[in-house]
Amino acid sequence: MALTDETDVVRTEEMLLNVGPQHPSTHGVFRMVVKISGETILEAEPVIGYLHRGTEKLAENLQYTQIIPYTDRLDYVSAMLNNYSLVHTVEEALGIAIPDRAEYIRVITMELNRLASHLIFFGTYLLDLGAMTPFLYAFEEREKIIDMFNELCGARITFNYMRIGGVKYDTPPGWLEQVDAFVKRMKGEMVKYRNLVTGNEIFLARVRGVGKYTTEQALGHGMSGINLRCTGYNWDLRKKKPYSIYDRFDWEVPLGKNGDCWDRYILHMEEMEQSLRIVEQALQQIQPGPVLAKVPKLIRVPAGEYYSGIEGTRGELGFYIVSDGKDKPYRLKIRRPSFENLQILPIILKGVPVGDMVAILGSIDPVLGEVGA
Amino acid sequence: MTWTWSNVWHWAAHPLSWPGFVGMLVGAVLVLLLALLVVMYSIYWQRKFIGWIQWRIGPNRVGPWGLFQTVADVLKLLIKEDVIPTGVDRTLFLIAPIFAFVPAFLVLSIIPFSAHHVFTANLGIGVLFYVAVSAITIHGVMLGGWSSNNKWGLIGGMRSAAQMLSYEVPLGMSIVGVVLMAGTLNLNDIVAAQAHTLWYVIPQIVGFVVFIIAGTAEMNRTPFDLPEAESELVAGYHVEYSGFRFAFFMLTEYVYLLAMGGLMATLFLGGWTGPFLPGWLWFAIKVFAFITFQFWLQATMPRMRQDQLMSFSWKVLLPLAMANLVITAVVKALV
Repeated sequence: MALTDETDVVRTEEMLLNVGPQHPSTHGVFRMVVKISGETILEAEPVIGYLHRGTEKLAENLQYTQIIPYTDRLDYVSAMLNNYSLVHTVEEALGIAIPDRAEYIRVITMELNRLASHLIFFGTYLLDLGAMTPFLYAFEEREKIIDMFNELCGARITFNYMRIGGVKYDTPPGWLEQVDAFVKRMKGEMVKYRNLVTGNEIFLARVRGVGKYTTEQALGHGMSGINLRCTGYNWDLRKKKPYSIYDRFDWEVPLGKNGDCWDRYILHMEEMEQSLRIVEQALQQIQPGPVLAKVPKLIRVPAGEYYSGIEGTRGELGFYIVSDGKDKPYRLKIRRPSFENLQILPIILKGVPVGDMVAILGSIDPVLGEVGA
Repeated sequence: MTWTWSNVWHWAAHPLSWPGFVGMLVGAVLVLLLALLVVMYSIYWQRKFIGWIQWRIGPNRVGPWGLFQTVADVLKLLIKEDVIPTGVDRTLFLIAPIFAFVPAFLVLSIIPFSAHHVFTANLGIGVLFYVAVSAITIHGVMLGGWSSNNKWGLIGGMRSAAQMLSYEVPLGMSIVGVVLMAGTLNLNDIVAAQAHTLWYVIPQIVGFVVFIIAGTAEMNRTPFDLPEAESELVAGYHVEYSGFRFAFFMLTEYVYLLAMGGLMATLFLGGWTGPFLPGWLWFAIKVFAFITFQFWLQATMPRMRQDQLMSFSWKVLLPLAMANLVITAVVKALV
């Protein structure tokens, strides 16, 4: 038989590769079914739900204050923001005025938590790309934040610190000075990170132009946060729909241009600097006072539907409450930014090499607790 | 020939005799033990050194300053259950670690450790021998990845084969410059040639840089550690291996570290030559510097991507090595 066609000589076949749920760089129990030909990805299908715990359903049987610790477990690297998003929605529904000091403490803890979360991104992203030292440097600083939180509320990860009407505890003596010292130190660390990582040729070659998408695609997939801003679209809820006391501070929203991994990386780094700026100003403005408003013992949200979103670490984090006037929500829907951000994966993973898969997934920065909820 | 103990250690200079054979055997065992000891403590040094870079202490529990940590680790690997997964190609699975491991030790036989190269072969084609034998390891790695019947292992094995093959070429080319200058392939003679003039690192600086980069890639070390990229391939070609078979692969990697360091010292840094200190110490210092440099890279560099890796080898390193070779040849012809 005459073999004319090359495909007759060498029979090639696509390989179906199961990435996860137990894989070092899926950042949790996340699974991707990937069809590869050689080193090129032809198709990628994310399979989610391995960390589904039914938070939304559980919340239907819980009083509003009791839901707070459950929110800690959603995005478990930035629990303060989850806490805040829930209590903020309830507060808006009830129309409670929050004491000034409580608002300042909230902003300080939220921004520090955002910083801690971005530090994890910085560390794990570089780890995904094969550099292990930044991970330990980042955790060194994160540990300091976590220690401060521990002193503040007695927990390192799952804080359960925010309350409807304020925060649970006032800051212990000397705590604000500690934060101040940390902010000063952290500014030096940021310079170090920039010198160590941001200019590395191999790192640049790995992230420049990789995992690109346009503003339209991002908006079409409901992306938010850094994953949207990296395309150059100016959308930060702290500026666009100001909540809490963010309008009292002088800070900027860093924007990307190309929507690639590099932009997402650098936006994380710049956002860390902005967080430091906000914390610094909050430390100057904070005054003594009460930290918890007068709220009824049993919180009953009037019947109706309420939604409020905040700028979480990963995008718009919102709680949607349907209340029938009882002390428990009739239905609670959580807008989890990681879940929405992941949906673009099949599109941007098509046609990229296997090595870029982890670079792209890492740059989207999902937290699987939030994806599964 | 007669049995005389006087010529036991001089087997390299004489035709093969019984005493020479015994000497060879003892020498081989000694080199093996030495290599194992060096490997053990280079792993310890790796963990300590990288620990310091990363603001950690490193191993400090087993023995004083954690000196026996690697001993404990090796013991653990030795007494582990020997797992052979059901789906594997049994024969290939069993021989793959040997394929990888034996050449690693074979190449040590030609590295001149000291002025009185007692345990090493005075081989006329020394450099060629190194390049040829070290290429066998690729088979072990590839077979290991393929026979494991694991997709990650397969990708790791294939990546490894592609990578080691492409970096073999610039590595060889960078060595040819030195061979041209010395006019010999014999490693002992190359050292001798450098003893009277400059170390070849200065006239062959381009070749040296290419050699270091290609050597790093050849050993699958950061930033070229794609075959065992943990964050992508879980563990790459040795994903299904455990216990002592896994230890064989690890051992291969670190013996090559030693061998590559030795080759570098011999070709570019004058081998065991140096003022004041004894030859073996100079050699040890040079190899130690190379190994530490590798660990330093490991702690600081991210990993390259497969296609970048390949194009870097063929489009950057190879032309560089070729240009270096041509210039060396022209200079040699003119002088």
